[in-house]
Amino acid sequence: MKLIFEKSRAGRRAARLPQPANLAPAPELPAALRRADPPRLPELPENEIVRHFTELTTRNFGIDTGFYPLGSCTMKYNPRVNERVAALPGFRDLHPHQEDEASQGALELMHDLQEMLAEITALDAVSLQPAAGSQGELTGLMLMRAFFADRGEGDRRRKVVVADTAHGTNPASVTMAGYELVKVETDPRGNIDLDDLRTKVDEETAGLMLTNPSTLGLFDEHIEEIARMFHEVGSLLYYDGANLNAVCGISRPGDMGFDIVHINLHKTFSQPHGGGGPGGGPIAVRRQLEPYLPVPAVVRDGKRFRLDYDRPKSIGKVRAFTGPFGVFVRSYAFILAWGRELKTMSEHAVLNANYLLARLKGVYELPFDRLCMHEFVLSARGLKREHGITALDVAKRLMDYGFHPPTIYFPLIVPEALMIEPTETETKETLDAFADAMLAIAREAAEQPELLKEAPHGRSVQRLDEVKAARRAVVRYRFGDHPDPAAEPSAPAPAEAPKGV
Amino acid sequence: MTYVSLTDADREEMLETIGVTSVDELFQDVPAGVRFDRALDLSSPLAEQEIVERLEALAARNTPAGEEISFLGAGVYDHYVPAIVDAILQRGEFLTAYTPYQPELSQGVLQALFEYQTVICELTGMDVSNASGYDGTTVAADACYIAKHATGRSKVVLAESLNPQVRQVVRTYAPGFGLEVVDVLHRGGITDPDELRAAAEGAACVIFQQPNFFGCLEQAPDLAAAANDAGALAVAHVDPISLGVLEAPGAYGCAIAIGEGQGVGNPLSFGGPHYGFLAAREEFTRRMPGRIVGETTDVGGERGYVLTLQTREQHIRREKATSNITTNQTLLALGGLINLCWLGPQGLRELGETCMALAEHAKDRLEVPLVFPERTTFKEFAIRVGRPAQEVIQEARKQGVHPGYPLGRDYEGLDDALLVALTERRTVDDIDALAEALSA
Repeated sequence: MKLIFEKSRAGRRAARLPQPANLAPAPELPAALRRADPPRLPELPENEIVRHFTELTTRNFGIDTGFYPLGSCTMKYNPRVNERVAALPGFRDLHPHQEDEASQGALELMHDLQEMLAEITALDAVSLQPAAGSQGELTGLMLMRAFFADRGEGDRRRKVVVADTAHGTNPASVTMAGYELVKVETDPRGNIDLDDLRTKVDEETAGLMLTNPSTLGLFDEHIEEIARMFHEVGSLLYYDGANLNAVCGISRPGDMGFDIVHINLHKTFSQPHGGGGPGGGPIAVRRQLEPYLPVPAVVRDGKRFRLDYDRPKSIGKVRAFTGPFGVFVRSYAFILAWGRELKTMSEHAVLNANYLLARLKGVYELPFDRLCMHEFVLSARGLKREHGITALDVAKRLMDYGFHPPTIYFPLIVPEALMIEPTETETKETLDAFADAMLAIAREAAEQPELLKEAPHGRSVQRLDEVKAARRAVVRYRFGDHPDPAAEPSAPAPAEAPKGV
Repeated sequence: MTYVSLTDADREEMLETIGVTSVDELFQDVPAGVRFDRALDLSSPLAEQEIVERLEALAARNTPAGEEISFLGAGVYDHYVPAIVDAILQRGEFLTAYTPYQPELSQGVLQALFEYQTVICELTGMDVSNASGYDGTTVAADACYIAKHATGRSKVVLAESLNPQVRQVVRTYAPGFGLEVVDVLHRGGITDPDELRAAAEGAACVIFQQPNFFGCLEQAPDLAAAANDAGALAVAHVDPISLGVLEAPGAYGCAIAIGEGQGVGNPLSFGGPHYGFLAAREEFTRRMPGRIVGETTDVGGERGYVLTLQTREQHIRREKATSNITTNQTLLALGGLINLCWLGPQGLRELGETCMALAEHAKDRLEVPLVFPERTTFKEFAIRVGRPAQEVIQEARKQGVHPGYPLGRDYEGLDDALLVALTERRTVDDIDALAEALSA
């Protein structure tokens, strides 16, 4: 398919702009500041722009297209009513510098959402500001820093403990927050290895970052003991909310002993992920950490709501304004739909996952044989050993059956990992069709392995050469000088890298 | 509303397959001590129409840009978003997709992001753009992180005329990044290149804004030269709407260009979600944070697109990654791409000229002194209203006019100053209404 630049013809245009009457033309800009060469934006009529992007959508797969069991990404149905309410002019066209008195509806919505998230997490105070889960993580670590600095322990507490099953964002956030990473191993049941942990927690520890249930889809059975261990030495516990969809109304992070939680509004609370974003990463904290939350806080004075900047101990701002408000509207609408029955959501997410697990575990290897929470991790290592079929091959073949693949090659501790998260919104028929496809693929691996190696079939492209992409590093169109990728040699097979999360 | 799909019979059958007798049994690994044993204290579930009614009632308590004549800007602007942006972004194949980890099912988003990266490079005069950052503030922190590692220096210099929220975010990130942050004061609304040069000695980077927060045009080429003289990376924070008429940062010696994309393709939405853009010269490609889409071929030799240079990223590189960013602002960035395609090069230039012409007209028409009368401005300018700006805002709003942003919130000595923004959505009549409101 052509790039939009390859469809451009000089002099074509779509936009007609207003020509205000009685307005003198703009004055000439100083030569040194004036644009010399115009940007080479595409020049197309509006219908051709619409066709271009419509054709691109036909080459893409979303939840609206089909089942999307991408582990740790919680690809649940994104209700359309949420789009309708986010587009209400009173929200969509509201300027963030509007006066508090003229934004009462928006402020009330945010205040309500904060209270809902506090209840769901069993914590005391919420800031909605972080733009995404990973920014929520970093904000949480900044809070730890500020908290310990305020207590005169900033220099001593240098270390943050992260499980070896953690999302890559956890160790990356530790580095960005200026902390030293300490890794802790997983035991044979898929819990944190307590013996390993005991050697790694001391008074130099600022805190723990943990996902619970873990990326293995397993609830840590020793969570109370773990919390005790950290709190005894004065450290804090940070909860990565990526897997909160498993436990809403069932077990609350604050009750587990966590002091700081981030919530992925684009996972648990149905904000559509838009092909990569936007998201929302609010953080909830215990009372002792509230003074350090980002400014402004959304506060209530009687019946009125206002933005409060008077927080002398605040870490500052982590992004502009109060956060991704349009995301809040959608998640608020989603929580209103569930209300106090939110627990049913998590129960169904866990039921669906266990059903798929039960149907698949005899055929694919299950490294940790327990009931799972909202997701589970299988291994294709048996297929690899016996038939040379990898997790990547299984993933690509699933596309032929009309499914988006699960997350693969993650978590890192499971070889040939297939991480499957069905979410609560799917029908039994869909789950069965997916399980049937997985079982058929396992048979094909033995009988017709070339079908898997050549997959996917009939998509807009076949398997893409990722090594060649990285070597070429052609990351923009170069117009007349654009190199032809087909004229360059292909590279060997790609490395097995995580795809998902 | 209900968002689950199982019948009672389904549940029974599934529990039997799993080998348990109740849903509760599935949670046997959750220790009793951390089980939540009551119902969440939330309201009763609502039907779809009740949700709409509740949200409509809340929305009605806000005064959006369409309900008053608004001259608010200060970083987020009421530019027109064409109908095709919403029409395309609401298609479920884009709206409900995750990050394009599986390229064979994601060519739509991947190719669109490659096109987005190209238009950002074209606007800014740079070689490489990432696939978006969170907003116009966080990309400044990202630029500092690139500069720190590229230069081995830890001081960053910020022009005081850079958006205060951008400066606050850099300061929030600074302790973790190990950065020392230094401000260079403005002189009559713009930054003095000599002062900037002195401050930039030993610095990793210098960040200035063009047009700056006051709407004034900096001597941007001189500021970039000052940074370069000191061996610091020159980083320009730019308004994409201005780049049809104002020179591209890449053409005057900047290493990195960043900015807030909202004005192109995103509604105001009370401050988000929007997208930040970050583009750089080629030598910084492997230090870029975030997703980058690259071109390649499939096994049949057909051209296609993939996420590339991923060894920079958290899911591969973990604690050694160039950033922790995972979710970005793809859908908002695609809104920007579609809007820029709709405008085209002529439209973008005309849009910039219209905003400037309206701003010049307003400067003449309003019978109030300018804060920085000597300066050339783009679509915003600062006025003095002779009394606390907050009072003027209250009174003008009673006449249906929001006159602008009170600069005293961020700058000492400007308690009587308003920052007035003109977009193509304002008219000559609107400016008359503002003049009337200010003279009352």
